[in-house]
Amino acid sequence: MSALMSLLAQAPAAPAADPVTTGEAVAFWILGPLALAGGLGMLFARNAVHSALWLVLSMLSLGILYMIQQAPFLGFVQIIVYTGAIMMLFLFVLMLVGRDSSDSVVEVLRGQRLTAAVFGLGFAGIAVAALVRALNQVPSAGLASVNAQNGGNVANIGRALFTDYLFPFELTSALLITAAVGAMVLAFAGKERQARKTQRELVIERFQGDRPSPLPGPGVFATANSVATPALLPDGSVAPESLSELIEGTSAELFGEERASVAGTGHAADAHALTGEEAAR
Amino acid sequence: MTPTYYLLLSALLFSIGTIGVLVRRNAIVVFMCIELMLNAVNLTLVTFARVNGQLDGQVMAFFVMVVAAAEVVVGLAIIMSIFRTRRSASVDDSNLLKY
Repeated sequence: MSALMSLLAQAPAAPAADPVTTGEAVAFWILGPLALAGGLGMLFARNAVHSALWLVLSMLSLGILYMIQQAPFLGFVQIIVYTGAIMMLFLFVLMLVGRDSSDSVVEVLRGQRLTAAVFGLGFAGIAVAALVRALNQVPSAGLASVNAQNGGNVANIGRALFTDYLFPFELTSALLITAAVGAMVLAFAGKERQARKTQRELVIERFQGDRPSPLPGPGVFATANSVATPALLPDGSVAPESLSELIEGTSAELFGEERASVAGTGHAADAHALTGEEAAR
Repeated sequence: MTPTYYLLLSALLFSIGTIGVLVRRNAIVVFMCIELMLNAVNLTLVTFARVNGQLDGQVMAFFVMVVAAAEVVVGLAIIMSIFRTRRSASVDDSNLLKY
């Protein structure tokens, strides 16, 4: 890496048409490592949600880099479309699919990870070396003059889109509507709709079944709700806490008067009790 | 520094995305790696637009973003339907196109 740095340092300075200002260099050396850190974090995060958040960091850094590189329109589109829409769509799907569906550690192909890492690093080395060898003397024309005329960057891109690139631009509309319809078709759950049963059909179905009454609530084991009926434990024995102390611990004689009054054999209330006369029996 | 540095950053990001596609097993993370590769290519396009002094590269990056959005929508819908039938988002599990 240090050799690369020295090689880059020897590169001739950009021509005066598009000088790289100090502010841009500072921003690049802050945002570039941030973007790389986001990519590496996405690569190494075990949790898929963490991967998505690292990728958001990388995309935000790239969006600001676009703005620095005289592409303010693309920078804002990057932030709005990529981090605002696409990554939120990713997070939605992650939540739907289950965020704990992280990577399996089982290697289906033996040594595939190692091979992939070696090839990927080799690719990075080749690409970086080729770029350094090929492009370190390329002068940069810069977009300052282009962006200054005809109403700025956004207006110029709009003009290019609707003149030179009109047909591809129209094709993107077909692509977008195809994608929207395709996503709806693919994500549709595919349940055929059943006609709802009417109240009458439900009642007939219930009475033709084996139990017309509703099922007891959960946890109810008793066959009667009288206080004299003890509750049964899951093994069928009587739960001692459910025995009524009043009923079990009171002798029947104590309630003799009440039982007689309920049965109609006790003495009735005497309307003439205070007059001294015996009520006619 | 020269604009070449942006190209180096883009190459590194693209390589990270490539390694991620090859190494990760979760289909959604693989998809995110593809997004990172598309972003790296966009950075290349923006940088070349600047080097050439023309806006065509930026228009091309705009089209890449549109295609990426459409691709993400369809791809995530496919992942959802695969997950619904197989209860798994791992790319190793979906080795058959049917069943």
